[in-house]
Amino acid sequence: MSGLQAEQSPTTGDGVINNYTINFGPQHPAAHGVLRLVMELDGEVIERVDPHVGLLHRGTEKLIETKTYLQALPYFDRLDYCSPMCMEHSWVLAIEKLLNIEVPLRAQYLRVLFAELTRIMNHMLNIGSHVMDVGAMTPNLWVFELREDTMNFYERASGARMHAAYFRPGGVHQDVPEKLLVDIGEWVETRLPQLFGDAMSLVMDNRIFKQRNVDIAKVSKDDALAWGFSGPMIRAAGIPWDLRKSQPYDVYDRMEFDVPVGTNSDCYDRFMVRVKEVYESARIIKQCLAEMPAGPVASEDRKVVPPRRGEMKQSMEALIHHFKLYTEGFHVPAGEVYVATESPKGEFGVYLVSDGSNKPYRCKIRPTAFSHLQAMDFMCRGHMLADATAILGAIDVVFGECDR
Amino acid sequence: MSAVLHSAPRVRTSAEALAELADSVAAHVLSTRFAHGEMVLEVRRESIADVLRVLRDRHEFQQLMEIAGVDFPSRRERFEVVYMLLSVTRNQRVLVKLRTDEVTPVPTVTTLWPNAGWLEREVFDLFGVVFAGNPDLRRILTDYGFEGHPFRKDFPLTGYIELRYSEDEKRVVYEPVRLTQDLRTFDFLSPWEGADYPLPGDEKATHPPVAEPKTTEQAGQTGAGRQADSKAAEPVAPAGFAPSSSTLGSGQPVPTETKVDEPSSPDPTEDRPSRPARAGSTAGTAPATKPDVSGAHGKEQGEGA
Repeated sequence: MSGLQAEQSPTTGDGVINNYTINFGPQHPAAHGVLRLVMELDGEVIERVDPHVGLLHRGTEKLIETKTYLQALPYFDRLDYCSPMCMEHSWVLAIEKLLNIEVPLRAQYLRVLFAELTRIMNHMLNIGSHVMDVGAMTPNLWVFELREDTMNFYERASGARMHAAYFRPGGVHQDVPEKLLVDIGEWVETRLPQLFGDAMSLVMDNRIFKQRNVDIAKVSKDDALAWGFSGPMIRAAGIPWDLRKSQPYDVYDRMEFDVPVGTNSDCYDRFMVRVKEVYESARIIKQCLAEMPAGPVASEDRKVVPPRRGEMKQSMEALIHHFKLYTEGFHVPAGEVYVATESPKGEFGVYLVSDGSNKPYRCKIRPTAFSHLQAMDFMCRGHMLADATAILGAIDVVFGECDR
Repeated sequence: MSAVLHSAPRVRTSAEALAELADSVAAHVLSTRFAHGEMVLEVRRESIADVLRVLRDRHEFQQLMEIAGVDFPSRRERFEVVYMLLSVTRNQRVLVKLRTDEVTPVPTVTTLWPNAGWLEREVFDLFGVVFAGNPDLRRILTDYGFEGHPFRKDFPLTGYIELRYSEDEKRVVYEPVRLTQDLRTFDFLSPWEGADYPLPGDEKATHPPVAEPKTTEQAGQTGAGRQADSKAAEPVAPAGFAPSSSTLGSGQPVPTETKVDEPSSPDPTEDRPSRPARAGSTAGTAPATKPDVSGAHGKEQGEGA
């Protein structure tokens, strides 16, 4: 057919281009980091996509093998740097599972509280950038204010705005001030629903936004399972699978919340699942604030959790524990566990192999974006080039985590 | 099994469920282990695809979440490949593992799950485990043109090649790794818990005390080796030194040929380029370096005060 066109071409000498290959990224604002997509296009229709990942590969898993368990913790903040505390969550739970150590109730509540705050933080970035990828500017600026608020809460709890290193094996690093809990409660009650509701009212029923997202990259339930989807991606496909519900950790089994699922399994559903999740997270935060008991925020097991600094200045034994835990670190019994939690992007897992020493023998991190990005090819086929940004935005990919 | 104290995800796993899984693929199973609440099934390498197919189709493990490689260099078959399966209907997880070495290929499972493609590519890239039948076994996480398999235990943490942007060549250049400071790997394990090396300083105790103290009466006795001895034996004297009877016995060496240059100004550098000597006399500086014998200056000051 193309030969026929060439013969009938009115301007002789013009060649007919059938397919051509373009590079999408690695420096593209809609690539959400350093993603290189090698795309084969037929006109504007995508024929094939070959994602090249690994441009941000830092060998985190190898570095962790040379660090003690506590020293490895900050690496997790730097995996998915948009939801740092959720990354830490999998790591500390994996260690605690091997140690079989009890975590005080207040620490579990604090972890759930901050994990949900992190989920809001992550969704604010993703929702904002997804909207911006398909052409809207204002909502992004509005939801970034909320993201800024969550980072301020981070700072007040841990001292750092992003790389908090707040969750520790056996609990959390330190207790939060009373005023912080009051402020979070107030923020969840007033500012979040107001500002977020305003921003979403611009988008949810927007005609252009729907044109760009509805019926884009539809994935059937079977495909979603086969491609290893998790998190909002699998829920948008209509499968009510949420690790917080089905395999609860910390105090999620005490929380009352709903799992939003999609019906059409397209980019719009993925977006809307995240929007609804923000409200569910707010619900969980309110419950945490209402139910949180007083008490210690870390295990009293001095062979794992270092003593408080004040105690260290008074007691010889505490001083020895402090010194030993911050130099040698604690030893973890030999064995292997795979612990996965529901990070904002999906199932974030840690496969931890311990040989009984003070350093992990092997730590395999299961990133959420890896499987999702692998399905890019299958989701993009037959769509237009401009849809690739919407699909990528709905995947919610962060390369710190994908490339490790 | 002791009581569960931790608050990690509560997955429905049990030794009975593991036994049931193992029974259904009994011909392929090497061993089973239920520890730390994890169901681990070790199977024969050749039959991994068969086992996973049975688990997927008969036991509802719909999802392959992850494939992890682990390196145990001391073993004959040094690599473990671990498949993590998830059942969303039974709410169960199982780890299926096999062993292989650097050359023996593992049958691919891309025929069962499409997402196994990248997961196998990653294990191939980082460990060098070959997957037979994977249609697209390229490197995935490491750089284009990378050599070696970095997550093997015998691959150094620092790697072999580093890259930087060269201002001269206006491009990124690859160079062998050169560390300006040693990689800081500390051994924090307690020395009283079975360290198999001498503690720093302990090695001194094994040397016997010196019987004969070293002396340097002659140039050849510096004790610093032949090179230093020959250097010390070289005659050194100022170039213009003329021997006479008055200088004999005054401690000066007998001047012969000397290779040592007269001390002069240091070589010019980039910061301090070579410059001709300043013109004019320097006679006026002599008083400045001599003590003020007249004392006039001090007196004036004293009177003034």
